[in-house]
Amino acid sequence: MIKTQRYVRELEQPRRRTILLAFAVAVLFGVLLLRLWYLQVIKVDEYRAMSENNRLRFLPVTASRGALMDRNGVVLVNNRPAFSLTIIPQEVEDIEKTLDRLASLLKLDRVELGEKWQKAKGRARYYPVVVAVNLSREQVEIVEENRLRLPGVEVAMKPVRQYAFKTSAAHLLGYIGEISDKELEQPDYADFNPGDYVGKNGIEKAWEQELHGADGGRQLEVDSRGRVLRVLSESSPTVGNSLVLTIDQRLQQISEQAFGSQAGAAVVMNVTNGEILAFASNPVFDPALFAGRIPPDVWKGYLEDKRRPLENKALTGQYPPGSTYKIITALAGLEAGVINEHTTVQCGGDYEMGKSKFRCWKSSGHGAVNLRKSLKESCDVYYYWLGEKIGVDRIAAMAERFHLGKELGIGLQYEKKGLIPTMAWKLKRFSKKWLPGETLPVAIGQGYVLMTPLQMASMISTVANEGTIYRPHLVKRVVDQDGKTIREFAPEALGSTGISSALFKKIKQGLFAVVNETAGTGGSARLWDYKVAGKTGTSQVVKLGEDRKKALKYEHRDHGLFVAFAPYDKPEIAVAVVVEHGGGGGAVAAPIAGRILRGYFDLQKPPAATPPSAETPVRETEAVEQPLESSRPPQPSTPHERGDNRD
Amino acid sequence: MIDRRLVTNFDWTLIGLVSIICLMGIMNIYSASAAYKLVGAPYYIKQINWMVFGLLISLVVASLDYHILEDFAYWFYCVLIILLIAVLLIGKTSLGATRWLNLGLFTIQPSELVKIGIIITFARFFNNYHTVEGLTVKDMLFPLGILAVPALLIMKQPDLGTAILVVLIALSMAFYVGFRWSTIVAFVLVTLPLAWFTWAVYMKPYQKSRVLNFLDPDRSRLGSGYHIIQSKIAVGSGGFFGKGYVQGTQSQLRFLPEQHTDFAFSVFAEEWGFAGTLILIILYLCLILWGLNIARRCNDRLGGLLAVGVTAMLFWHTVINIGMVIGLFPVVGVPLPFFSYGGTSMITSMVGVGILQSISMRRFMF
Repeated sequence: MIKTQRYVRELEQPRRRTILLAFAVAVLFGVLLLRLWYLQVIKVDEYRAMSENNRLRFLPVTASRGALMDRNGVVLVNNRPAFSLTIIPQEVEDIEKTLDRLASLLKLDRVELGEKWQKAKGRARYYPVVVAVNLSREQVEIVEENRLRLPGVEVAMKPVRQYAFKTSAAHLLGYIGEISDKELEQPDYADFNPGDYVGKNGIEKAWEQELHGADGGRQLEVDSRGRVLRVLSESSPTVGNSLVLTIDQRLQQISEQAFGSQAGAAVVMNVTNGEILAFASNPVFDPALFAGRIPPDVWKGYLEDKRRPLENKALTGQYPPGSTYKIITALAGLEAGVINEHTTVQCGGDYEMGKSKFRCWKSSGHGAVNLRKSLKESCDVYYYWLGEKIGVDRIAAMAERFHLGKELGIGLQYEKKGLIPTMAWKLKRFSKKWLPGETLPVAIGQGYVLMTPLQMASMISTVANEGTIYRPHLVKRVVDQDGKTIREFAPEALGSTGISSALFKKIKQGLFAVVNETAGTGGSARLWDYKVAGKTGTSQVVKLGEDRKKALKYEHRDHGLFVAFAPYDKPEIAVAVVVEHGGGGGAVAAPIAGRILRGYFDLQKPPAATPPSAETPVRETEAVEQPLESSRPPQPSTPHERGDNRD
Repeated sequence: MIDRRLVTNFDWTLIGLVSIICLMGIMNIYSASAAYKLVGAPYYIKQINWMVFGLLISLVVASLDYHILEDFAYWFYCVLIILLIAVLLIGKTSLGATRWLNLGLFTIQPSELVKIGIIITFARFFNNYHTVEGLTVKDMLFPLGILAVPALLIMKQPDLGTAILVVLIALSMAFYVGFRWSTIVAFVLVTLPLAWFTWAVYMKPYQKSRVLNFLDPDRSRLGSGYHIIQSKIAVGSGGFFGKGYVQGTQSQLRFLPEQHTDFAFSVFAEEWGFAGTLILIILYLCLILWGLNIARRCNDRLGGLLAVGVTAMLFWHTVINIGMVIGLFPVVGVPLPFFSYGGTSMITSMVGVGILQSISMRRFMF
């Protein structure tokens, strides 16, 4: 009985609730009706007037993008006017026919036109859709002649990027392209519209907000036949701001040309403030191609080139620093008090540890080696011994003081961190304990150690200025279209190594010997008039036996490295050069660094007297056969002398 | 074979109301797409096909005893979840959202099926879950979990409109079962902070901008706020008697977005005025009240639950769509059942009608 009652209640309760629901439905529908009454009966006159005048059309005016200039005001990237073909959806009578006609008149790809048009579907109907860019003068004329047969078709002027130095600094400057669907959803691009062009890489991307400016446009009221009745509102576009970079275009070109056809990267940095003077990655690509549709064969060529032209090697290339890392190992040893400048190690060509044998690059051995000689001749045994003494973690601690193993914050996307191995790192990464034998390759910059060319430049710069790590930066100032400075960037010190100047001096003496003394490995970077100090490095890509130096596959050849600063007594600039798969650092990277330094000093002063004739440096190790810049008199090396650019 | 009582009890009111709205919708689609230059069959012809096809489906569904729905409710639910996950993994993307799944022969939109799925699942759950004093917070934990999984998956697509609809349908059914006051209070206390969190963390910029544009259409006259303004101009300029069939300037000059689908009501309001919208809204009101009546007079708990679920689905679609085009709600892309152009919406709604018919026809059998 009770059960039945409960059953009935269970059925009856919801039944009563349907009445409640019916009331709720009636109330909400009542709200809809009230709102309709308000819109359609009370406000009818207002809306009727609006609908009669409602013939809006919007003509957008693209903002001119800011220019990129080098430190001397030489324009690197600017805009040129280009004509694009637009269609106002509202005005078109038969879109398929119109596109057919356009394709045959202008000799454009019909499929591509259709695709562009499809992409713009679903947007406001009075907003012109761009269906083709970069029209030629003839094409513009043809459109104008056929105006009457092409209702809704308009030619619009849109600025297009122009690269004054073609491919020079392409990686650094980056390129622009049409905004992607993915970008449109990001908060950074909230104010952008489909079809807008934005920076896709390099400076163009990193400084998008500054460079882009704000588009303007005119809102027109037209009658039903499309005649303009009046301009409802007008907003003029705001030109984007321009950037004055820290780059010196002349030095940039010298750096790029110094590579010839070799792949690699060079970074030139002011040691007193972190300004980047040149940021080269070779081979280069043509950034102008990225604004439109890249010719497939060119694109294929870029992808198939094993030298990877699209990659900014200075920023994203991670290489074992090789012997250049001995600077860090030596400083760690000095700081720990394990060695001083007199400590001597016997090099017999190899170093034994347990059952393993570690070889010096010079199989006949260096004999008695002290700190200076260990750097000069790049003796491996000395550092094997030192590495075993101090252990991997103390080397890593020193590297960390130089801000290695983390981003320097140059302000470009994809900056790489490199890798400074520690015991804890290995345990975490591989869940295996660090083996003592693994420390030895690390001590000479092999094994797990990785650094980018940018980090190498920063490291040698810190050595040169004896302890200050500056944040490398690329932009000196933001200026408006009249060249008035809006913002200026002061040098920023990321920190200090906290190492005494005396220790740095000991290292620097060794680095001086590398370039300037007999048997130094970096002789080919020597200049006749300025004292250069540096360190060579050769990083192995694969470990092989005796015949590893013989004709290897390109991908397996060693990387040649060289880091340097000059002048020795009062350092101004630091250079890091990496030649991918080029061979020994002294043979391939040092000459390039020499040419860059030569270029730098030549640019500093007006053409001067001829050099003293005698100076012919003696080179013994890793001899280089090609003539050196250092033996030539200084000459103005680029056609556009712009006077003194000393800051 | 077919019980005679089923034929005598056939619910002509239901089919009649649905058919009248469908025919008005087709007539309206003809006008809304009159300005289009199309390749292939015009939209109104296609919509006639969809209507006929939909009615047939509703008859097939009606011929089945709705109790079989109970048997495979949870299976159906699991399949739907798998489909939703599949959409996220391998779905077809268009206009920034991934909603479609290609099954080789045809594509389906699993989020649409979820609307029916959640009705069946909730009906099965509450049918076996007896309460007289009303649902407590604890009672709601399981159903909310069942609801949250598909709702979150749909939001991920992202399809905010459908996600909101699914939640509203489910909550309407729970309300029909009955809440305790304490449950309602707890619900409000949880929802408000959650809504804030959704706004601040989850929503994408374009969704936020839609909401902001709704609150202040002048904020972006040329951006997404444009739709709301143009729609309001269309509705308002219709006046009391309208501008006349195929005479609406807003629609014929195509100032309205999606005017044959989501904004079909605006076209109707412009051309038929308040007189027309009043009639259409009364028709919808009758349909929904009739749905509730089917639930009320059904002698079976499962039937009542299913009927309320389907009615809630039709109701929320209607209110949100009309509210959207007259500027009461943000633009969320919800079609007006039977009235907007579109096969998916028609089929889903007609399956719902079939369920209602099945319940209505069998009211004397239980």
